[in-house]
Amino acid sequence: MSKPAGIPKIELRGVKKRFGSKVVLDGIDLKLESGSSLVVIGGSGTGKSVTIKCVLGILRPDSGQIFVDGKDVTRIRGREREAMLRKFGMLFQGAALFDSLSVWENVAFGLIQGRGMARKKARDIAIQKLAKVGLGPEVASLSPAELSGGMQKRVGLARAIAADPEIIFFDEPTTGLDPIMADVINELIVNTVRDVGATTLSITHDMVSARKIADRIAMLYKGKIIWHGPTKEIDASGNPFVDQFIHGRAEGPIKMEVKA
Amino acid sequence: MNFFAPIGRAFLTLLAQIGGLTMFTLSAVSSCFRPPVYWLHIVRQIMRIGYFSLPVVGLTAFFTGGVLALQIYIGGNRYGAEAIVPQIVVLGITRELGPVIAGLMVAGRVAAAIAAEIGTMRVTEQIDALTTLATNPIKYLVVPRLVAAVVSMPILVAIADSIGVFGGYVVSTQSLGFSGGIYLKNTVDFVTNQDVTSGLIKAAVFGFIIALMGCYNGFHSKGGAQGVGAATTNAVVSASILILAANYLLTSILFSK
Repeated sequence: MSKPAGIPKIELRGVKKRFGSKVVLDGIDLKLESGSSLVVIGGSGTGKSVTIKCVLGILRPDSGQIFVDGKDVTRIRGREREAMLRKFGMLFQGAALFDSLSVWENVAFGLIQGRGMARKKARDIAIQKLAKVGLGPEVASLSPAELSGGMQKRVGLARAIAADPEIIFFDEPTTGLDPIMADVINELIVNTVRDVGATTLSITHDMVSARKIADRIAMLYKGKIIWHGPTKEIDASGNPFVDQFIHGRAEGPIKMEVKA
Repeated sequence: MNFFAPIGRAFLTLLAQIGGLTMFTLSAVSSCFRPPVYWLHIVRQIMRIGYFSLPVVGLTAFFTGGVLALQIYIGGNRYGAEAIVPQIVVLGITRELGPVIAGLMVAGRVAAAIAAEIGTMRVTEQIDALTTLATNPIKYLVVPRLVAAVVSMPILVAIADSIGVFGGYVVSTQSLGFSGGIYLKNTVDFVTNQDVTSGLIKAAVFGFIIALMGCYNGFHSKGGAQGVGAATTNAVVSASILILAANYLLTSILFSK
């Protein structure tokens, strides 16, 4: 970071979370500067999704603190949390579109339900946002089930940016897409984020995607951040875990736990 | 392996379940009284829970009334008391069989549908998505279903009562040789307001149980298709058992006098 570090947009301090006897997060420390794009990489089951869910308050950490704009949000509830969540947009792994609603109602959902905007106005904004992700107005009244996986991801992205959030989370944005569609989505993420000027946190195990969208990369392994640095330094990290992961080798210090 | 460990584990799991259900119920009920209220969703759920259950509930009520008339006739015949058929039919239907049969049928139809729908939303992260869009999933999903079930069950049961009595009437006049006019007069003279209202109060409670079990099990489903399947089964089984248990409690505490 070249600019002077003010208050970080998001900060995690010593966040721990376990399910039963299984420790998933074992003291996570992370800082996201305003306007930056951080990608958290790591294998399946290393706690990437749990990290995001803790920040959003879908899961409650066992210990540690989470700050958004310098404010401790670890224990807030109700209206205060809803107000905090209005700063966020999120693209889910499976897009998580509401299948009972049409495409434009999905995109406009946060505007209508979360902010009480009139439907007509929300629909216009939804169609603008759909255009931003390369979808024409003709898909607006389709149902999500009629769309391909890549198109669903695009709609999910349009929904995530619909309310011009300050922070956007991407959960495995390219998983399950063919390489070309994955690149399209990566481009869209880079461009839309640049337009909106948002701070982003992405989690992925796709290194192509990570290199494309990240300013900085952090690697999560066994519930801890084991490496953290600018994207261009990742090839010279000198960390055998990181090297094994980014080159996708079966041999190395990371042993795949076959049993969960 | 410690002999007591499995017992303790089962007991702790049970306590955790009861605790979880209690917290869920409290937050759902308190959410009913706090804005925002999704009126459109309530109306839509009343259509789904109440209106579309009418055929199934009506048919079962008709046959139940009919078979009740037959059985009472057979039993009464042993004492030369066949004439009591209309009185017992209307009493049995309004106080007991109307609400219970309708409750069980709606549990099978609606608790399953609610659990499957909300369960699928859970495993496809749609419920998490609601949260990230600053919408409380309890208020958005659970409250409309609870309110709709509590409102529509008494109406359904009132209709089921009428159809059940009609079923008894048809069987009695067509195959047991009762005169239609006398049958109806005996029915109307005998039944009291309390018989009917006690059944309707039960119906509202059963509606609450049905929607709550559907929502709770759906909300806490895990995994994929299998988890949703398990949630659906649990919703129907727990709703049915709770309906029968609540029925006994309500009758013995409130309506036994």
